[in-house]
Amino acid sequence: MPNNEQFVRFDKVDKSYDGKVLVVKDLNLDIAEGEFITMLGPSGSGKTTCLMMLAGFETPTNGEIYLDKNPISNIPPHKRGIGMVFQNYALFPHMTVYENLAFPLRVRKVSKEDTDKKIDKALSMVSLTGFENRMPGQLSGGQQQRVAVARALVFDPAVVLMDEPLGALDKNLRESMQYEIKHIHESIGVTVVYVTHDQGEALTMSNRIAVFNDGKVQQLSSPDKLYEEPVNSFVAEFIGENNRFSGQVTDVSKDKCKVKLDDGSEILANPIVVKSSGEKTIVSLRPERALINTKEKMENNFKGKIEEVIYHGDHTRVRLSLLGNKDFILKVPNSSANMDIKLGNQINVSWNSFDARALDPK
Amino acid sequence: MSSETQKILTTDGIPLEESLKKAEKKNKIKAFLLVCPLLLFLIITYVFPIGDMLFRSVDDRMVTNMLPKTYKAMEQWDGKELPPEEVFEGFYLDYKKLVEEKTFGKLATQLNYEKNGFKSILKKLKRKMKKFEEGNYKEQIMAVHSRWANVEYWRALKRRAPAYSYSKYLKGVDMYENEDGKIVQVSEDRRIHKILWVRTVEVAFFVTVFCFLMAYPIAHLLATLPMKYSNLLMICVLLPFWTSLLVRTASWMILLQQQGIVNDFFVWIGLVADDNRPEMMYNKVGTYVAMTQILLPFMVLPLYSVMKTISPSLMRAGKSLGGTPFVAFWKVYFPLTIPGIGAGCLLVFILAIGYYITPALVGGASGTLISNHIAFHMKSTLDWSFASAMGLMLLSGVLAIYWVYNKLVGVDNIKLG
Repeated sequence: MPNNEQFVRFDKVDKSYDGKVLVVKDLNLDIAEGEFITMLGPSGSGKTTCLMMLAGFETPTNGEIYLDKNPISNIPPHKRGIGMVFQNYALFPHMTVYENLAFPLRVRKVSKEDTDKKIDKALSMVSLTGFENRMPGQLSGGQQQRVAVARALVFDPAVVLMDEPLGALDKNLRESMQYEIKHIHESIGVTVVYVTHDQGEALTMSNRIAVFNDGKVQQLSSPDKLYEEPVNSFVAEFIGENNRFSGQVTDVSKDKCKVKLDDGSEILANPIVVKSSGEKTIVSLRPERALINTKEKMENNFKGKIEEVIYHGDHTRVRLSLLGNKDFILKVPNSSANMDIKLGNQINVSWNSFDARALDPK
Repeated sequence: MSSETQKILTTDGIPLEESLKKAEKKNKIKAFLLVCPLLLFLIITYVFPIGDMLFRSVDDRMVTNMLPKTYKAMEQWDGKELPPEEVFEGFYLDYKKLVEEKTFGKLATQLNYEKNGFKSILKKLKRKMKKFEEGNYKEQIMAVHSRWANVEYWRALKRRAPAYSYSKYLKGVDMYENEDGKIVQVSEDRRIHKILWVRTVEVAFFVTVFCFLMAYPIAHLLATLPMKYSNLLMICVLLPFWTSLLVRTASWMILLQQQGIVNDFFVWIGLVADDNRPEMMYNKVGTYVAMTQILLPFMVLPLYSVMKTISPSLMRAGKSLGGTPFVAFWKVYFPLTIPGIGAGCLLVFILAIGYYITPALVGGASGTLISNHIAFHMKSTLDWSFASAMGLMLLSGVLAIYWVYNKLVGVDNIKLG
């Protein structure tokens, strides 16, 4: 596909509301045509501000945003042709579903025939055919959400922005809507910029995820890379579960480093950002990468004491105190081999140095 | 479905409905007791006076009770020619009694309302009556004054016979029942009430329009500004509200009078010549300006409370879907504020239509409204029944507006806050 790799482009964008604090700092972000990109981050990290700048409701304090190579800072929102799904859906409560969907078409002077066709198509896409004459107030949250999606897509915009659209739905509905939106994206190939603070949502839906913190993109990569290979300790901590050890690097070789932990013991880790011995570091290890009582030969082997056991059905979460860390989490698969997990027992825990990522000491 | 409805029983076998009633009874009594003081208050201060007013406006028993014998004799009279001797005799006896009781003055006043000239001939009759001989009262009374021989006066007397009448209502719209019992308009030079009604509705309408035009942007600002500014603005809106009505009206008098500040300013910027200062007081201009200012908060507050509930993302949605700011406003924002507009307009219109103090002070002759006229009859002419009739006409006018509004927009759509 001859996709335009810089379909949407943030170029050195800064944003400040009060002239004192930068909520977005030097943002450089390229979004390819047809991509599903998610801006993920805690509240106040600047992700919604970015979305609002793209939609045209906020102006960048510095820098420029390009849409298909055209700068758009001076184009008012209604001329940008960007569809948007709002957090609370923002359906027009005094209009029927049909009128809501017809609104963007009417202002574009689409003929009645085409309007009907497009609305039919959009409603069938979100499986709400037959709901044309309902008022938004008569729909459930999930249905309203789908109408909002249909409305944002009905005028064939090049880009659709979604600002935490699933935040108000309950868990089951949220999950099924995630798939539905993902499938809609796949079937029509529109570029989607999605904002959420729910990492599960981001991992499920996106082609790429931009993790925001403190007004900056911390990491921009595909979901698997983001989880497996976080580039800094914020991302490691923010995405998924994470066991942390803080310590000091004592020796660095090509793909291994020795880290002396605060309690005096030494572990082997994968040097991601550390360059030389003497640096402070935080070593990050995913819970499922540490195994118990394994026969495999691994580089790090330690004994830990079981502090807490939480039964989750398919797996058991175990909290250990290990190497001075009292919150070391393990996920143990539910199998007959792992029956001796009892409170207070000592068990062997092992992991490879490759999975223990030595990151910045924040 | 079976036609027999099974009675649902509670676990203890008592019919469910009964059990529920029993359980709810205590709460119902409590609720009633809580509402009771207000209910009593309303009955005493609202239902009762309005009922009294309604009664007063149609009550015409005073004359009926004063002249019982006359009216009894008049039952036989067809009203075409002069009444027979019995009527004259009855009238003589009734009037004599009134003179003895010294209440004949009231009768004279009442009959003079009905037909001018009654007062003087009744006074004359009172003087001459002392020398009346028994029998043949018809001739004796007719000899007192030629008007007693005029059938018009007797017809007028007969018109007051019914104990209840709607004549005050007719008077309120410049009509009356003429000698033939037909309802006709009064002569053109005496049609003062119609002018007042039209002017009242006109003033109320334009005050409502002006209030709306000014309040809408203010309310919008109030609803959208950040808290610290909107609070300040809210105080600016409410401050006049907390100031006495009289003070505000008086300050408008200072501002608007011919040697007042506004006129001084116009002269200073050269808009008008010093010797040609426009009249802005004691006419409709003064009434419009002062009433609009005074009633403005009643428009701002309902609008504000509705606008506050409109999510700003709706306007954004309108714009992001391709609507220009105007289209987004007109198609999305404006329709959602209609409940507030309805409430505000209804409130201001109803308040304006019965407004009294401001037009009384700044209205002058061409700016007085129906309420001033009602007050005039309450205080000066003491024709309370007429004042009541006009008050009730005003009330029913307001109710009619409310009804029309309900038909057009629906009262459920009103949002006062």
